[in-house]
Amino acid sequence: MTTDALARPRWAVNKAWLPKYGVYAAILLLILYNVAFTPYFLTLSNLRIQLIQAAPVVIVAMGMALVIGTEGIDLSVGSVMALAAALIPLYLGYGVIAAIAVSLLAGVAVGLANGVLVAKVGLQPIVATLALFVGGRGLAVVISGGQLKDVRNEDFLYLGSGDLLGVPVLVWIAALLVLVVAFVIRRTVFGRRLLAIGGNRPAAELAGLPVKRVLIGVYVLCAVLASIAGLLSVARIQSSDASAVGLLIELSAITAVVVGGTPLTGGRVRVLGTVAGALLMQLVVATMIKHDLPPSTTEMVQAVIILVAVYVARERRTR
Amino acid sequence: MSATLPANPGRMAGVVQRQGALAVLFAVVVVSLALFPGFRSVDNAGTILIAAAPPMLIALGMTFVIITGGIDLSVGSLYALGGVVAAWASPYGFVAALAAPLLLCGAIGVLNGVLISRTGMAPFIVTLASLLGARGLMRSISDEGSTTYLVENDAFHRIGTGSLLGVGIQVWLAAVLVVLGVLLLNRTRFGHGVQAIGGSEDAAALMGLPVRRIKVWVYLLSGLLAGLAGAINAAKLGSGVTVLGSGMELDAIAAVVIGGTLLTGGAGSIAGTVAGVLLLGVIQNLINQNGDVNSNWQQVISGAFLAAVVVAQTYLARARRTKSP
Repeated sequence: MTTDALARPRWAVNKAWLPKYGVYAAILLLILYNVAFTPYFLTLSNLRIQLIQAAPVVIVAMGMALVIGTEGIDLSVGSVMALAAALIPLYLGYGVIAAIAVSLLAGVAVGLANGVLVAKVGLQPIVATLALFVGGRGLAVVISGGQLKDVRNEDFLYLGSGDLLGVPVLVWIAALLVLVVAFVIRRTVFGRRLLAIGGNRPAAELAGLPVKRVLIGVYVLCAVLASIAGLLSVARIQSSDASAVGLLIELSAITAVVVGGTPLTGGRVRVLGTVAGALLMQLVVATMIKHDLPPSTTEMVQAVIILVAVYVARERRTR
Repeated sequence: MSATLPANPGRMAGVVQRQGALAVLFAVVVVSLALFPGFRSVDNAGTILIAAAPPMLIALGMTFVIITGGIDLSVGSLYALGGVVAAWASPYGFVAALAAPLLLCGAIGVLNGVLISRTGMAPFIVTLASLLGARGLMRSISDEGSTTYLVENDAFHRIGTGSLLGVGIQVWLAAVLVVLGVLLLNRTRFGHGVQAIGGSEDAAALMGLPVRRIKVWVYLLSGLLAGLAGAINAAKLGSGVTVLGSGMELDAIAAVVIGGTLLTGGAGSIAGTVAGVLLLGVIQNLINQNGDVNSNWQQVISGAFLAAVVVAQTYLARARRTKSP
């Protein structure tokens, strides 16, 4: 055994670092590259734009990370964003609080539906959430009458375009939600149970954990986070278009989670890694745009990044 | 406990689970024939079938993939890519217009299969990456979507627009491929291998099945069919439209699941997939016909149908497991 360890080349030991810190290293390299070669990269306005654009994906990816931690997946997050967005203009007349509350309630309802289908009926997460992926956006468009609606309520728009201590409110909210999710995962019984279920569900059941209740809670959290992202998107673009809000965000969120080093097989959640994954993808897009590379190249580069990230991190998979 | 119960309830549940989509399709068609005069025409039946042909091909490939316990998220992008490449290659002749999308999409399918079977990465992730990659490729071929290639070959154009014995050529094509698919799945060593891998990959490997090779073939098949579906659609529209295909992979998965194929792999039926595709097509057709129904209800109803069918199937599958010996 000792000879084996001695014989192992040094880089093999270092390789274990790669899955864990690769995404941070990639961000660092990309930032250094941009600082050196991209004009105006280090301006305050540019950094603000990057963070504001990444914020919705970060928020949705937080919920997705929790779901993936249970070995699940949630395809309905984009539809939930659309639902939340569709409800905002309808209820702003009753006040900002009411509109936000209704949007969040829609998220709770969708999360309950997903959670019950997964936990109680026993559907596979991808199928359970596919139904609302298909139907949810249609419902959102039906609710909004299929029209783009301008939102003019100043208090509400503050959430999307306001500043607090020089930092966009949107970014504060995203950061706060990241902290909350990190706290839930690391410091609460709920978080520990969530990981236990993702790690080995039969064992968690045998240990007497309330598996179904935790699963339902996870899907509700995920949907509520998605509806927050949806209402914040409305506040940022100052209008609500149910057919466009959150389109394909489920793929961006899954990408952020996976690139951040969270395995799809459950049992582990990297919260900061997920944030880094979302920021990395955002930075890639920004860098490509700054260098006049077309969206097509960006997509192909993103594909390669996903494959490399998952390939590097795959040592956990035994199958 | 099972000894005291008759085996019938379990077997019935199994039959319903496998043929449920067909039964629901039959019921929906009968009700629609009675209630909607516009549904009754032969023309309308042709419309439904022609609209269903490309999704049918994609869902056919997806059925094989899902039976192995995998998933292919790249088919929507390959559908768009196939259409653009077919139109792009059409000035060079009929063969080029058909071969170019098949070669390119087949190659991406092989890449999917090799990555999945050799590296142990999850099919979901690998095909998510090729979803992005194929879309990027499609956009770079079409100058970021600004160039629309027209189909400049009459023979190829006819695949999408012509008909034979009153039935659209693409419907014939889909029907033939479905029959071949059924034979391939149920009557060949390859098909049995596909089912064995989905049942238990380890057991299949221990039995000496070439697991990796079969997986590569399955993703190749899925890529080829998605590319062909895109080519057919380009032939029908007369151009390679770049904005299509987004979300198509999930429609295909929905059709396969409605058709009774379990996402856990191991078992599935192509007949069910056909019923699932037609069911979604009929719902769409009914809503398109009723001008006073908001077309967005189509998605709502499709989603509700999907949920209802899969919930019913889950309970039936459970009944089968617990009641049949």
